[in-house]
Formats: sequence, C-alpha cells, structure tokens
Amino acid sequence: MTQSEKTNWRPMWEDLGIDMEKHDQLLGVLPDIFKEVYIDSQKNRPEAMGFWDFVVGDLHGIRISELKKAKEEGKKVIGTFCLYVPDEIIFALDAISVGLCGGTNFSNYASEDLLPNNICALIKSALGFGVGNICPYYSMTDILIGETTCDGKKKAWEVLKDYKPVYVMETPQCKSRPEAREHFIAEIKALVTKLEIVTGNKLTVEKLKATMEKIAKKRTQMCRVYEARKTDPPPISGKDALIMSQVAFYDDPDREIEMVSKLADELEDRINKGIGVVNKGTKRILISGTPMAIPNWKLHHIIETSGAVVVTEETCTGTRYFDSEFPEIKGESIDDLLGLVANRYLDINCACFTPNDKRLKDIKQLFKEYNADGIIFYTLSFCQTYDIEAIMFEKELKKEGIPVMSITTDYSSEDESQLKTRIQAFLEMI
Amino acid sequence: MKTVGVDIGSLVTKIALLDDSNMIDYRIDRSTFDFKRIGHNLFDDILEKNNLKRADVYVMSTGYGRNSIDIADDRITEITAHAKGAQYFYPEAHSVIDIGGQDSKAIVISKKTGNVIDFQMNDKCAAGTGRFLEVMAHALEIPIEEIGELALNSKKPAAISSTCTVFAESEVISLFARGASKIDIAAGIHKSIARRVAGMAKRIGVGQTLVFCGGVAKNIAVKKYLEIELGYEIVTPKYPQLTGAIGAALIGQDNMKK
Repeated sequence: MTQSEKTNWRPMWEDLGIDMEKHDQLLGVLPDIFKEVYIDSQKNRPEAMGFWDFVVGDLHGIRISELKKAKEEGKKVIGTFCLYVPDEIIFALDAISVGLCGGTNFSNYASEDLLPNNICALIKSALGFGVGNICPYYSMTDILIGETTCDGKKKAWEVLKDYKPVYVMETPQCKSRPEAREHFIAEIKALVTKLEIVTGNKLTVEKLKATMEKIAKKRTQMCRVYEARKTDPPPISGKDALIMSQVAFYDDPDREIEMVSKLADELEDRINKGIGVVNKGTKRILISGTPMAIPNWKLHHIIETSGAVVVTEETCTGTRYFDSEFPEIKGESIDDLLGLVANRYLDINCACFTPNDKRLKDIKQLFKEYNADGIIFYTLSFCQTYDIEAIMFEKELKKEGIPVMSITTDYSSEDESQLKTRIQAFLEMI
Repeated sequence: MKTVGVDIGSLVTKIALLDDSNMIDYRIDRSTFDFKRIGHNLFDDILEKNNLKRADVYVMSTGYGRNSIDIADDRITEITAHAKGAQYFYPEAHSVIDIGGQDSKAIVISKKTGNVIDFQMNDKCAAGTGRFLEVMAHALEIPIEEIGELALNSKKPAAISSTCTVFAESEVISLFARGASKIDIAAGIHKSIARRVAGMAKRIGVGQTLVFCGGVAKNIAVKKYLEIELGYEIVTPKYPQLTGAIGAALIGQDNMKK
C-alpha cells in the first residue's frame, strides 16, 4: 500500500481534463479533515478499517486507474446518483457502475450560475464536481443515469445533458399501486435497452443471475456489519460504518465483498471477546433522513464527540442501501429476473413516494432492533419530502414516548457549535 | 456547599454563586470577543469579594462558550441549565422560553422529575433572537434599553412579514419610506419576534407556568406580545439573565451530592 501511495497520479488526472488547481486544493484539505474526524478523535477502531483509511487517502488514485484500464479494454463506466438505479443490470452488461456524489460545499462555486440558491446541498455539490471537472469519477463516466426521485434532480439532469450524455429512468410516485410496479418494470427494461446500446452487450439470463447474486452478496456483508452494531457496546463506531457505506457506492463489488466480510468477521470476533469502541451503556442514536455523501461526516462527528454513539442510519447511505433483498434468485427468463429486481427496489421506502407510511414502520423497527435511546432526523436544507416527513414522524414517535429531534442543515460548518448544543442537550435529556 | 454557575453567552457572560440553593452573589458583563478572559476575570472577582478560593467551590459552565473556559469542573448545555434555573424561581414551572443574544429556545419540563422532556431551538439564523432586536433598534436609531417601552405606545403595530434579519431591515426602511411611525414599526418588530418564538414553543406543547428568561425577557413589549400569541400570562424571574447560571450552579450542587 505504501508503494501505491507514492504513485504519481497527476498525468492520469491531467489526461481526464481535471481542473488541477482546484483538485489540488481539494486533496490538500481532505487528509486533515479525515485525520481530525477519523484518526485523532477515535480509539480502538477495528483493524480492518485500515482498508477504508487507505481508500480515503487514495481517493482518486487506484480506483480511477482501474476504471481507466477497464475503459481501455472496452468497458463502459456508468454514473448513477440514486440507489433506485439497479447496479445489477449495469454490471450484468459488463459495464461498471459508479455512484457519484457530492458531500462538500467545496465544489459549489462551479454550479452557482446553473442553479438557484435554494436547492439541496447534495445537488449543488454533485453538479459542481461534474461541470467543474474536479471529480475524476465523474470524468470517467460514459453516461449518467438519472431518475425522478426528486424535483431538484429532475431539473439537474436537464442542466447536465449539456455536459454529458444523460439518460433518465422514471421512478414511480405512488409505488403501492399495481400499475406502478408494471411501469417500473417497463422502465427497467427501457434502461436495459439503453445500456445494451451504450455497452454493445446483450443481457443474458446467466449474466443477470450471476450479478444479482454478486450484488446481493455485497449487501449481505454490509448487513452483517450493521447486525454487529446492535450489540452494546458496539464493536464499530457510526463514523466507521458510514465510510464503509459511502465507499461501497463506487468501489469494485468483488473487493467490497472481500473487505466488508473481513470487517464483519472482525466485528463478530470483537463481540465474542466483549470489545467495543465505547463503554457499555453509552447512549445509542439512530439517524434517519437524507443521504450523507463523502466527506459529509458532520452529524456523526458531532454526536460521537458528544459522548454518544450512532448505532444505525435509516438513510440511503445506511439501511435503505442494503436492507431489502431478493427472497431467492430463480427464474428461467430475463423477465422473471427483472421482476425480482423491480420488487427488491420497490421495497425501499424513500420520502419521494406517497404515501410512505412504511418508512415510519421501518424506523420504529430499527429503533427496537438496535436498542436505540433516541432518534435524530437529519434533513439537508430544501429537501422538502424528507423535511415534511421528519415533522410528521416526529409527532408519531413522540406519542410512543420515543425521544426524537430534527435537524435541518447543509455542508457548511457555521452552525456546528449550535448543533453541538442542541445535540448535547438532547443527550442530556434522554 | 458552594457552587458557581458560569454562563458564557454569545453577547453576555453571567456568573452566579450559590450557597446550597441560595444565590449569594452574581456578576453580569458583556462577553466581548475575548470571552475567555471576561469569564475568568468575573470568576476571580466573585471569589475574591466573597473571600473564597478556587478549591472552595465547584464550578459548572454552560452557554455558548461552556467548552472554552478551563475553570469548570463540568459543563452542561444551556437547555438543561435553563430548565433547572427556571425552577429555582418558580418551582411549579411547566415550560421555559429563553431568548438570548444569538438563539432562542423553548423547553418543556417534566412535572415528575423536573428534567427536560422536550425542547426546540432556532435554526442557524438570527430570527427571533436578541440579535434581531439589536439590529432593528439600530435601524430605528433607538437605544436597545428603550425600544420595548416605546413599542408599547403603539396603537397600530406595523406588519413586518419577514423573519430574516437582513430582509426585515430593508422592510423597516421601506416602512419608513411609506410614512409609518417609529413607534408602530418598533411594535411590529416586537410582534414579529413573539410570533416566531411562540410558533416554535407551541410545536412542543408549552404551558403554564411558563417562565420567560434570557436577556430579552427584560423587554416588556416582547413579553406582552408573547402573552397575546400564547393566550395566557407568562412570568419573568427577578434576574432573567441569570437563569442559566443559577441552573448550572444548582446542577453543580446535585453533582456534588452524588
């Protein structure tokens, strides 16, 4: 690993047309932030986390070089922005799926003239990384697959299409209706057709089955890590579990299966030996709400430096990513298998749907399963659907005597000390 | 048993010295940018005047700067401190509204345990805080100490629709341009703060006895408009600014008994 750290990636980034000055600035500050949040303020971390420390230290290095090599071999790189775009299909067509993101306001300057002020930080950041040529992952992609899970993103695709080929998949609004499933299956099939053209490959039953098994295996390993967090004391911090989820969006699935299962093994071993990252009885927090993209560790960091521990996240970078699974992967035809894919994805309860009462059920269940002491709703400013659900759910949960608080924030640090006060007061209360 | 509560707010630092559960001395001064030094100076002064040494007292810090001073034995958030302090003045307190320099909060207290059972705090913005009042007083060229009294003379408070401090300031200027009187505009400003804070407080179900504290509680117009918004009378302690410091000192007493 030390050898690859010494690798000079600059020519590769320059070839990609990266804005080197801005990119240098970004990679200049990240190590300090990571050191402060992950290394200096945590102790007794699982050894297996060394992999993720390395990944962050080498954020745009090895993985980008792997993608470059794959492209030279004729493979296509597909960028996605939401867990509703099935990875299984992309990998089954011998393409590589990369979850794109934006978890810092560092890139906002590049999207400022394209977007209004009052739009969510994630869209601002992701778009900035793309059009500002600061993210090599974005630059590597041959096409972006959008979806219709929020109004801001719907319009963002229209902006992005001037910079990159974009294909938009329509996700339903009222997913419990039978015709919604039919429509979603039709949309998945249309995506297959589009990707067959992009990749020049044909989807086969064998390939699809094999990748469905592979991606399911990745999710199962992530579930094992989360399962371990149910123990008191948890063998892993919330911050470490979060970075594991964040990286899983763009790393190679085979390597993820290997590394995450190694981590899960270590956590299970720690539980047997009674090793935790905090003292037994430390207050346990469930976070629920909008996704947290790298390097957005803000809320976890505040909570975990205030004497509590985050035990689970009901977010897109948490349980929504991997909790639902194929019951059994069987089927004679592509149609059979795509039906299974549709069911699995429609099982994810995102605030973009109406009604969405199942999400409240999920939260209550997680609260119980993880023995949480309190729930913190986390909403990125201007994400209306999650913001409204936070108020609705807060009322319902309080009726059952569950301590809840809601936080609406963005990537800036100006409200950190105020958030600290609110969170510490919440911890004193529960 | 002597304990000291040090409440370092964004604008004002407050210190209360308690002997068991009686306040025997206090200090109030501007925090300034060097709030660490101000905190230490006030602390040294209160000890000296009472013939006490550092080792004679247990110190609990609270407020915005609670983590920045090194004289404290322990620290607590201002939410918990205010709930405790409100009960010092009014043992039957059900709820607290605290409006300070840079934030406002509403707290509901458990009847059974006296602990916080719910609270709300304003988001990162000066709406509904002492800062909002200061900026508006400045725009109207009225001393902050007089603006409340003046506002009460209004028969027709101006409508201030903006809760954002920056926008409200330009709204005030355009109200001026349209010929509204200073008094009516001042009344409108107080109404706007009260509406904002009462809305937040209602969301967590505040009730009587409601204790209004923090520096802004000294402003009689905010109090009046809060009562109109809530629909009942609220009470203000003798030293509204000291509620947090007294609460912190009382929690210090509890800690020592443990």
